[in-house]
Amino acid sequence: MARSVPSSRKLVFSLIGWGIGFLIFFPILWTFLTSFKTEGEAIANPPNLLFFHWTLTNYIDVQARSNYLLHMMNSIIISFGSTGIGLLVGIPAAWAMAFVPGKRTKFILTWMLSTKMLPSVGVLVPIYLLFRDWGLLDTRFGLTVIMMLINLPIIVWMLYTYFREIPVDILEAARMDGASLGKEILFILTPMAIPGIASTILLNLILAWNEAFWTLNLTAAKAAPLTAFIASFSSPEGLFWAKLSAASTLAIAPILVLGWFSQKQLVRGLTFGAVK
Amino acid sequence: MGNIRLENVQKAFGDTIVIPDINLEIEEGEFIVFVGPSGCGKSTLLRLIAGLEDVTSGRIAIDGRDVTSQPPASRRLAMVFQTYALYPHMSVYRNIAFPLKMAGMDKESIDRRVKEAAATLNLTQYLDRRPGQLSGGQRQRVAIGRAIVREPAAFLFDEPLSNLDAALRVAMRLEISELHHQLKTTMIYVTHDQVEAMTMADRIVVLNRGRIEQVGSPLELYHNPKNLFVAGFIGSPKMNFITGAEAEKHSAHTLGVRPEHLHCTADTGTWQGTVHVPEHLGSDTFLHVEVDGIGPLTVRTDGEMPFNYGDRIWLTPQEGKLQKFDTNGEPL
Amino acid sequence: MATVHTRSVARFMLTPSVLMLLAWMIVPLAMTLYFSFLRYNLLMPGMEHWAGMLNYKFFLTDPAFGEALLNTLLLVGGVLIITMVGGILLALLFNQEFWGRGIARLMVIAPFFVMPTVSALVWKNMFMNPVYGLFAWIARSLGLQPIDWFAHLPLTSVTLIVSWEWLPFATLILLTALQSLDSEQMEAAEMDGAGPLSRFIYITLPHMSRAISVVILIETIFLLSVFAEILVTTNGGPGTQSTNLPYLVYAQALLQFDVGGASAGGIVAVILANIVAFFLIRIIGKSLD
Repeated sequence: MARSVPSSRKLVFSLIGWGIGFLIFFPILWTFLTSFKTEGEAIANPPNLLFFHWTLTNYIDVQARSNYLLHMMNSIIISFGSTGIGLLVGIPAAWAMAFVPGKRTKFILTWMLSTKMLPSVGVLVPIYLLFRDWGLLDTRFGLTVIMMLINLPIIVWMLYTYFREIPVDILEAARMDGASLGKEILFILTPMAIPGIASTILLNLILAWNEAFWTLNLTAAKAAPLTAFIASFSSPEGLFWAKLSAASTLAIAPILVLGWFSQKQLVRGLTFGAVK
Repeated sequence: MGNIRLENVQKAFGDTIVIPDINLEIEEGEFIVFVGPSGCGKSTLLRLIAGLEDVTSGRIAIDGRDVTSQPPASRRLAMVFQTYALYPHMSVYRNIAFPLKMAGMDKESIDRRVKEAAATLNLTQYLDRRPGQLSGGQRQRVAIGRAIVREPAAFLFDEPLSNLDAALRVAMRLEISELHHQLKTTMIYVTHDQVEAMTMADRIVVLNRGRIEQVGSPLELYHNPKNLFVAGFIGSPKMNFITGAEAEKHSAHTLGVRPEHLHCTADTGTWQGTVHVPEHLGSDTFLHVEVDGIGPLTVRTDGEMPFNYGDRIWLTPQEGKLQKFDTNGEPL
Repeated sequence: MATVHTRSVARFMLTPSVLMLLAWMIVPLAMTLYFSFLRYNLLMPGMEHWAGMLNYKFFLTDPAFGEALLNTLLLVGGVLIITMVGGILLALLFNQEFWGRGIARLMVIAPFFVMPTVSALVWKNMFMNPVYGLFAWIARSLGLQPIDWFAHLPLTSVTLIVSWEWLPFATLILLTALQSLDSEQMEAAEMDGAGPLSRFIYITLPHMSRAISVVILIETIFLLSVFAEILVTTNGGPGTQSTNLPYLVYAQALLQFDVGGASAGGIVAVILANIVAFFLIRIIGKSLD
């Protein structure tokens, strides 16, 4: 609409919008602030918002006492690994269904979707036993495979919707111009699909990083990613809130930033293209 | 070079037969146009020749070589798509160079050929731009340039002018015809616009529901249409068709007379009627007349005709220009 | 484009994904089904024997099952209501222009990207702890008795935490759908004399109906599997007051080592999810065309 919004209305909405935004964001902000407090300050009553003795000891302790870097490495390896393998397998599959659709394409797509809806508890027992017998429990490899399998449907779906937006006649023109299939994918499809592929990567990194069922049940100490590491703070050994806050801040910061930049991708990926 | 032969070509999509049986020989160097209403199969036929679709049965030969099972790349044909299909992430230069790069040509030769093509099409100053920065007509030329550099056996055009505005369309029509005279390569051109067909073609193939209705030069089709469909398709505005009592008077099922072959006067003539909608273009006048006992007829005359809505006028068909068709739609 | 050449290549390119997902779906599920008919306890290996429907009988008649099922439905229902109502209101709010809207929106979106274990622990400790938590402090400042959230209102507490996590998702999806409503429709409605409420009811809501259904169904699929938040806060307790179906199966499998019983529970969870998935697929399938 070309009419301008009156300032008074803008002001009201600004106040409400910022108020609600602040309220919702508060827990994250509070965690961030608490990470710089001493343990005593962290549980102090009345709680101190900004005026306390800022310290970095928690961040140092988190690595010194509990090998934080190992868990971060685990998260990184598992997220990137599963996304990488997923792409390797998913890009060809999405290409096939987007550009050479057949009678069964629609069926295959919806079937893939249905595998994502399988409740993980339904297969907890056999997967746990299989992993135990094959020595995959508490290994990064085992977890990477599982992450890849549960996110593969989303990878394929997202790539499929992005590929479908590439005009077919550009690919046909490449064929007429003498490009073999491989060259067509390399020189024409991939450059045009890079934004779509990047979006898929972003969303999958986020989903794998935050996954909290298999990461909690299939790992112990060696391969535990950050989700499991943070979970270990739940056993009441005492109140280590400041350390918990430091560990949490480090664990969520990268994904928060990634997430802020991938809102559109999230919408497309998690609604399987139903909302764009 | 550039002789293409289609033998008993059939195409079905699943259970639907789109093209039942086509036999056609395209001469070397000719400009042949596939024309017909939407859904008649003209684009499908072009894509079969290109190799972008497989024939269900039949044979396609290019210069005597059977290419029926060959992929597009090895048929040595070039195609200009309706949407131009330019590579958006490449400059004009790289777009035109792409087919040569795929053929493995060396850099100097590529450079020479690209610059030659660009010069022919007045694209030299745009070589560094991306398709997104070009106008419709310029993109059209890049698409043509990409086709020219390959020095193909034949050019395939799939409704290349439909996305251009009217003025540009006329200009590009001339450019393409000019190009044909220059290069003398076979050109197969698909369009639904019969004006394009008439003005550009050496021969026209009129298609209807997957079948060839008639093949011939533009004037052949104009003067001697083989059936009602062709008679009504070629010529703009459409040929007038008269059925009923008046047709029977001439011992035919249907009479056909073109708007430009009707003479109109205020006082005397063969048929009398009332003018409904007059269209004055300055150069011509079209009158849509409700003729007593016959129905609506369209009349075309040069220059100005001083008739208006509601006037009573007389129409007379020119000598020998009244075409007669029997019940099967074939000429008597 | 679909010629003989491309078709065979396409089939080849599809095979790895299809095979993997096929294996992932069929093999473990078949094993779960098989185990569910066995009496199999990890503490007594080698003594497995066929038990028929016994596991199912025990599982379904166990009072914990009834409570877990109810809790699951309450949890899903509660979160759905909060996120849908909140989501629609927030979507409407953020569809309006105001200063710094982009940043405010980032603040609202943020919780969705926080891993569930962090969310749960932050809420449990720093907000809901009855002695040192913020809520306790607020209550005491107002002269009220602080609530011991996880002792007295375990399921409600978990519901609140999960709602906080999922509200951004609903908001984002609904806002996206709202923004695709073209202004011309609204202008036409205004010309036709419709006031703001009428416009909302007759134009905005119907336009968003598809997005609303998608959000409800996708949230339901994920909410049926809530696990980490419960593990890390209440461990299903006190007793089974905050145990849902996934947690119950987990407890039986990895805490009581009752493979047979847990497998039966797993199958029950799968059946429940299938019913929901059936509807989701109908709607998503339409978006394919």
